[in-house]
Amino acid sequence: MTVTDDTTSTGNGVLGSRLLRKEDPALLTGEAVYTNDMKVPGALHLAVLRSPFAHANIVSIDTSAAAAMEGVHSVYTGADLLDTWASPMPCAWPVTDDMKNPAHYPLAVGKAKYVGDGVACVLAESDAIARDALEAIDVEYEPLKPVLGLEEALSDQTIIHDEIGTNVSYTWPLVIEESEGDCQKAFDEATHVVNERYVQQRLIPMAMEPRAVVAMPQPFGGDMTLYSATQVPHILKVMTALTLGIPEHQMRVVCPAVGGGFGSKLNVYAEELLCVALARTLNTPVRWNEERSENTQATIHGRAQIQDIELAADADGKLTAMRVRLIGDMGAYLQLVTPGVPLLGGFLYAGVYEMPKAFDFSCTSVFTNMTPTDAYRGAGRPEATYAIEHAMDALARKVGVDPLELRRRNFIPTEKYPYEAYTGLVYDSGDHDKAASVAAGLLDYDGLRAKQSQQNTPNASKRLGIGVSSYFEMCGLAPSRVLASLNYSAGGWESATVRVLPTSKVQVVTGTAPHGQGHETAWSMIAAEKFGIDPADVDVLHSDTAIAPLGLDTYGSRSLPVGGVAIGMACDKVIDKAKQIAAHQMEASPDDLEFLGGVFKVKGQPDKEMPLAGVAFEAFTAHDLPDGLEPNLEAQVTYDPPNFSWPFGTHMCAVEVDVDTGEIEVLQYVAVDDCGVQVNPLIVEGQVHGGVIQGLAQALWEEARYDEDGNLQSSTLAEYLVPAASDVPPITMGESVTPSPTNEMGVKGVGEAGTIGAAPCVMNAVVDALSGLGVDDIQMPASPLNVWNAIQAAQS
Amino acid sequence: MEVSITINGTAHSYDVEPRTLLVHYIREHAGLTGTNIGCDTSSCGACSIHLDGEAVKSCTILAAQADGGEVTTIEGMAAADGTLHPMQQAFMENHGLQCGYCTPGMVMAATSLLEENPNPTEDDVRLGLEGNLCRCTGYHNIVKSVLAAANA
Repeated sequence: MTVTDDTTSTGNGVLGSRLLRKEDPALLTGEAVYTNDMKVPGALHLAVLRSPFAHANIVSIDTSAAAAMEGVHSVYTGADLLDTWASPMPCAWPVTDDMKNPAHYPLAVGKAKYVGDGVACVLAESDAIARDALEAIDVEYEPLKPVLGLEEALSDQTIIHDEIGTNVSYTWPLVIEESEGDCQKAFDEATHVVNERYVQQRLIPMAMEPRAVVAMPQPFGGDMTLYSATQVPHILKVMTALTLGIPEHQMRVVCPAVGGGFGSKLNVYAEELLCVALARTLNTPVRWNEERSENTQATIHGRAQIQDIELAADADGKLTAMRVRLIGDMGAYLQLVTPGVPLLGGFLYAGVYEMPKAFDFSCTSVFTNMTPTDAYRGAGRPEATYAIEHAMDALARKVGVDPLELRRRNFIPTEKYPYEAYTGLVYDSGDHDKAASVAAGLLDYDGLRAKQSQQNTPNASKRLGIGVSSYFEMCGLAPSRVLASLNYSAGGWESATVRVLPTSKVQVVTGTAPHGQGHETAWSMIAAEKFGIDPADVDVLHSDTAIAPLGLDTYGSRSLPVGGVAIGMACDKVIDKAKQIAAHQMEASPDDLEFLGGVFKVKGQPDKEMPLAGVAFEAFTAHDLPDGLEPNLEAQVTYDPPNFSWPFGTHMCAVEVDVDTGEIEVLQYVAVDDCGVQVNPLIVEGQVHGGVIQGLAQALWEEARYDEDGNLQSSTLAEYLVPAASDVPPITMGESVTPSPTNEMGVKGVGEAGTIGAAPCVMNAVVDALSGLGVDDIQMPASPLNVWNAIQAAQS
Repeated sequence: MEVSITINGTAHSYDVEPRTLLVHYIREHAGLTGTNIGCDTSSCGACSIHLDGEAVKSCTILAAQADGGEVTTIEGMAAADGTLHPMQQAFMENHGLQCGYCTPGMVMAATSLLEENPNPTEDDVRLGLEGNLCRCTGYHNIVKSVLAAANA
């Protein structure tokens, strides 16, 4: 089956093809303009002085020497700018009514709360002068004890935000039982219980393009244009307007080319607000570009949770109850969606398994003296999937069955879809056994198990491990009503406008904001298929709030299942209108017309036809339109899906662990990701490849490490181990296409799937290799040292 | 100090601070912003260019050290009529890029790799590109692109 077989295509077979990307020529030749490439005559350069202490009172700041330097325009402290802000920096997700959200300003006032917290800033004629001047600012700090451990934070022995009197931001429980006490009863009656603690280490998203900002006042009337390397121009526009008290209609946000995000550019950052505020005050352009070692400290981190997970199961290993306790590390402040991240995972702890209503979850989130955390690729869902999938392997060892067999015993059966889960959420589609079978076939699971039993003798120096993980991803981040029930401050809809120009070229205006995902290509394909035209004749307009004023941007694997579907619907609306015009022109009833390959035809009258081009021109001249019909071919749709999007899949891998050195080699990696109908398999594969390697990197290498004083030790790419090509395996992709019944295109999201599946898959393989030596877990990242230590501990 | 460098066949000469890095000379003085900066520790390779025929990270040398040299940047790779260089074409055909930020450096490093080793194995390509980081592709399609270019 190809992906186009089951769509109601009126077009030309473009949808589902491996069309090469429109974006590529500009990116491949250096013509693409990223924010920091913009040439802005007369711009002042902003540089931010950052606290070298994790927790310190700011006793005094002397800016006079810096201000006197040649080329320096001005210097500001947090206190100087306090009156500039209409409100503190925004957090859009007050997850509970009593959540503590201490005021967070673009520059700290009184106290610095993490290494990297801005305390003063300089405007100068060049970036180099501005950064030189930072060194001339004299700040007297009174260092305080930093709070770095999550349980230490919970103890409240040292308080970070004095005004709230505690380090706890919120506690969010989710208990689902038929009758009170069901969960405890199931644990009391269980044959098997596993009780595990996992630590999701802090990660740094590390998009290759650091952040960059240009704030440009417009010549007349007080309008302001903010150019930013962001994933969220629309959210940024409204939040900047609110935080600075600028009338929203006077704010415009534009994203030039954006070099990756992974959640790190889903935010409203201090530097964006500083540039706009100072550009507005001084009526001159202000720009800032982030250095990498600033990026590691001043751009959000991800993960950072302690997970306690308990599973109860019957004699066959069927799950009967689950208890989860999380401690979430918010970092020093709440950024845009920081508190909501652990909650997104809260609904996915049962993964792809049947779970009775015996579920007891609670998350307590705390402030620490480290960089704020927020959404990083998957945002809560990779953490949840890691916990259930790693715990399933622990359960398999306890029950004494193969981990794949244990999963099969617990999979939600395909015939039960759509499936109402214990949470009340409805999973729209799934075929877990198929995904697992395809993966097992590609890996030669049974063959490798046989090889493993031969290879892993007690004295083997290299031990083979096989890892499995199956996952569900709750993505799309809509419908809006469900987001409301989670206290999220925005909706989950997406907007599309489709316009057929007089010459029949098509403009698609989308509210999504791509930064590597290829929306210009994919959205062109959707419209080209609908209209029966060449995708080259479709232009996709995006990432500028003046051109695409409505939108909710790109994150949470939402762009296709929400934004892409909206485009298809807008095309249908345009075609309906065009049909009325064509029918009028051909003196036929619209009901007698069909639209095939870009041509309106009167059924049964082969000589009567009118191409879209002719209709477009008639709509433009408006010389002879049906009575009451408006000129031009344009339609706008705002689509709020009825359900989340539910991609699923199974990953499998084989690793070899060197018992003497602790080194791990990934021999084989297989990913079967079912994201429903694929608009462009080339792009889907690319998303999965990149996602898998990010998940694998969490398992094996990456960690934001802090020393006991709260200094980030992995603050450069020399220390934070983003893998290179030589570190990682090729990825074998298996096919599984289960169309989503939630939208007419049958599509789901795919941006985060690879990352969600990969970390537990690799860690399961590593533990599987070593379980014969008595190793029952290894802390991520499974560095040679961590592996070697675990082996030594198990053997002593 | 006056530093003269030929970039993509065009002579450039600017009065720059002695501390100016070659990458800043290329981006800020010559105005060629296709060469990107992704780190401050010479780790990421986004700024890779060719200096006198060899791939170098242009953040690791001072502009003054390249005085009198010949530099090729990503802007100099396609033919004058816009035809993509075979390596650029291979990246396009094999989806070897997503956000594109590492891409100019990756293309420059990869072309240099093939000049030294026209028939690399997959492992040769992976090792040869270990100085260039990509966060989007997982390298799968980058490796595929370079192997395709070698066979083109």
